[in-house]
Amino acid sequence: MSESLYEKLGGEAAVDAAVDIFYRKVLADDRINSFFEDVDMDKQAAKQKAFMTMAFGGPNNYTGTDMRKGHAHLVKRGLNDSHFDAVVENLGATLTELGVSDELIGEVVAVCEPTRNDVLGK
Amino acid sequence: MPKLTLNNQTYHCDSDETILDALLANKVDISYGCKQGACQSCLICSPNQIPPTEAQKGLKETQQAQNYFLACMCKPTEDMEIVLPSEEARFIESTVVSLKLLNPETIELILEYKDELTFKPGQFINLKRDDGLVRSYSIANLPSAEKHLEFHIRKLPNGGFSEWAHDHLNSGDMVSLQEPAGDCFYISGRPEQSLLLIGTGTGLAPLAGIVRDALKQGHTGDIHLFHGSRDIDGLYWVDEMKTLAEKNDNFNYHPCLSGSDTSSEYKAGRAHMEALKAHPKLQGWRVFLCGHPGMVKEAQKKAYLAGASLKDIYADAFTVLTEQN
Repeated sequence: MSESLYEKLGGEAAVDAAVDIFYRKVLADDRINSFFEDVDMDKQAAKQKAFMTMAFGGPNNYTGTDMRKGHAHLVKRGLNDSHFDAVVENLGATLTELGVSDELIGEVVAVCEPTRNDVLGK
Repeated sequence: MPKLTLNNQTYHCDSDETILDALLANKVDISYGCKQGACQSCLICSPNQIPPTEAQKGLKETQQAQNYFLACMCKPTEDMEIVLPSEEARFIESTVVSLKLLNPETIELILEYKDELTFKPGQFINLKRDDGLVRSYSIANLPSAEKHLEFHIRKLPNGGFSEWAHDHLNSGDMVSLQEPAGDCFYISGRPEQSLLLIGTGTGLAPLAGIVRDALKQGHTGDIHLFHGSRDIDGLYWVDEMKTLAEKNDNFNYHPCLSGSDTSSEYKAGRAHMEALKAHPKLQGWRVFLCGHPGMVKEAQKKAYLAGASLKDIYADAFTVLTEQN
């Protein structure tokens, strides 16, 4: 059996390393950091880990409904495609920093893309 | 089949079933989210048993030390007693030993408790006024044979509890208190790590306790304490902290004033801004933040962006609750 994307990326240890870099990038990104202003950082980091596990193709229980509910309040505040793109861009930059190949990054982005409509409440 | 005990109720947990699934199957009201150990929504505690390591992954070390774990990641192999975090702890009685002014607006309250109590300086305790009003205060002292607990209480405008403590509480009075809670305390194991502690106002209570605990446990890394207030009247224990710094080479004390008071003895500026200015790179540091909620939140973000890992940032925001008349 061939290795899954999650295994190729390095599994949970890779997720932990990625969350640390990714969340820092998001908080420093003026295009999107206003959406993260009033959150509990510890809880947010835990959510980022759940998101990252999903993006890496790992075990997850995310459903379209969860995505819609979880982001509805942000859609009201103006969350749109440009913000989604910025998050994906930060994710890509994080993986590049961790030495992940462009091919695998493409696979991760492809896992995220189908959640776009649910996240943006379309 | 292992048994789970919760609130004197017993539940059976099938082999290969997680505690979360077993509780949910029994209609126990427990919060949960991802069911895979990431979101930490199903955090619970087994006060008398060390939980399996895999169920504690990702938690802060201080939470691990208190036997917290994730219900969704725990497949018990033996019987376990568990407690949900929302459950109210019991109240125990204590007596006021002394009250003393630390500065014009803050008192030091020392209580003596009767029962056994396990606590770490830096944790907080709920104190109850005789009419039932409850407020949380942080513990400033180390455990000792005297069974004392030391709190710093700042008098707040319309602060029902703090006004009562300042104006009506006397030595010998009884005060009810709950078991300590909170994960903002020192834990040994990485003695060479640099520590940065930033506090405003009575945030010094937990921080001074944490510093003393760290020194007592043989911490060898640098310890930097930044205590801030608007003016000189808002600071206290300046001499005590200076003396502690003189006695311990690795401990450094930096009192900060953000208002118009100036003196060469103090740094001019807000404590967290001065701390981050002096220590802009915090990779590998452990950070403790206590006091004004706005400061704590801003400093948490700044410390993280400066490189500290979130798991190494312990934040305790002192939310102010006033009685509305």
